[in-house]
Amino acid sequence: MNRDSNKHTYIFAVLMVLSVAFVLSFTSESLKDLQNANVKKEKMQNILSSVGINVSRDESEDLYMDYISEELSLKSDGTIDDDIEAFDINLALEVKKDSDTQRFPLYIANVENEKFYVIPLRGAGLWAEIWGYIALKEDINTIKGVSFDHKSETAGLGAEITEDWFIDSFTDEKINDSQGNFVGVYLTKSNNDPRNEDKMDNEVDAISGATITGDGVSDMIIERVQNYLPYFNNISNE
Amino acid sequence: MSKDIEPLFSKKNRALLTDPLDDDNPITVQVLGICSALAITVKLEPAVVMTVSVIFVMAAGNVIVSILRNVIPTRIRIIVQLLVVATLVALVDQFLKAYAYDVSKQLAIFIGLIITNCIIMGRFEAFALGNGVWKSFLDGVGNAAGYGWILIVVAFIRELFGAGELWGIPVIPQFIYDLGYQDNGLMLLSPMALIVVGLYIWIQRYYNRKLIEKD
Repeated sequence: MNRDSNKHTYIFAVLMVLSVAFVLSFTSESLKDLQNANVKKEKMQNILSSVGINVSRDESEDLYMDYISEELSLKSDGTIDDDIEAFDINLALEVKKDSDTQRFPLYIANVENEKFYVIPLRGAGLWAEIWGYIALKEDINTIKGVSFDHKSETAGLGAEITEDWFIDSFTDEKINDSQGNFVGVYLTKSNNDPRNEDKMDNEVDAISGATITGDGVSDMIIERVQNYLPYFNNISNE
Repeated sequence: MSKDIEPLFSKKNRALLTDPLDDDNPITVQVLGICSALAITVKLEPAVVMTVSVIFVMAAGNVIVSILRNVIPTRIRIIVQLLVVATLVALVDQFLKAYAYDVSKQLAIFIGLIITNCIIMGRFEAFALGNGVWKSFLDGVGNAAGYGWILIVVAFIRELFGAGELWGIPVIPQFIYDLGYQDNGLMLLSPMALIVVGLYIWIQRYYNRKLIEKD
């Protein structure tokens, strides 16, 4: 056998590629259900953690059923589109559409007789996407809690947005200014409030060394939450 | 070559395993794989998981390349080696996503980085193509461990002095901070990984004189 002949080279390359393709597609197909279940449970876990319920990923499915009372998909004018399952909306694809054709998922949680509106967030960090959930109390102004996650922010810097000390700083912040206009929550380096005692200033302390990730968090809160204002206006006028 | 059966852990074979830890360390002596050593040594945990993943990929890859060494066409051997690494890395990624989802999330980009680790291609090319399966396996484990050892040392130093934590748990007692000690944020930035590796090389050569080049 001459292993440097053209024939051998072609046959080897074809066999090698075919066997690799077979192994990979077989593994991918057989593990798909487990992987999707993990992703789904994690989504439920994140939604729950934004309303202050921290559970392990395995328990999240049962508790999600207990606490999340409604899943709505909203049109840009604030009306509800009954044809689309809110939980199945893939925000990564949805944010690329025009805001007129997007559907905005909204989760309504009932925890110990308190009602919370949970809005999914998605935006850009420094290296790749960041996403999360923001839970608003019934006044549609005060933040109950948030949860953030990211694809590949810098460990120790931007990746800190998932840490409790950062997430906790959002609790009880307002998304409206004192006149009641929607302004979101800004991450700033100069809010003169390092202990975050002022909950009316629409500001939390930014993370040193993670300016771009922080700006991404501020932007995504404004950009996503403003889409829900028509719906919130509708329900407050009822 | 003698026909006698060589014991599994003969002196030569043991050397395959232990040399890369010190005398022939891929990072500090051969200066390979530096790029990933910068990226994932901010914290201890990803460094350890990266080490385990690289040990698997390198040992399995060395074995596969060694089995195929007599049939791989010379002209496309680099592509074949690349295919072997990429397949193994994709498998690791799939299994982590299914069975160790949290770890897989933490390592998201780093898993892909294994493919670009020049130590792996280097060992396929330099060792597995010319040696038997068992020797190649030992060589793979040894080199991956030598690489991982440096990662862990660097990550330990960077996380301890950069964030005051180890494995995400604060270890520096509060009273030291009260005395005016501060975490050194510079340790978390990439250049410090190079500097720490440089210091390691300095110390290593101080104790291991045979590494010092003669003028």
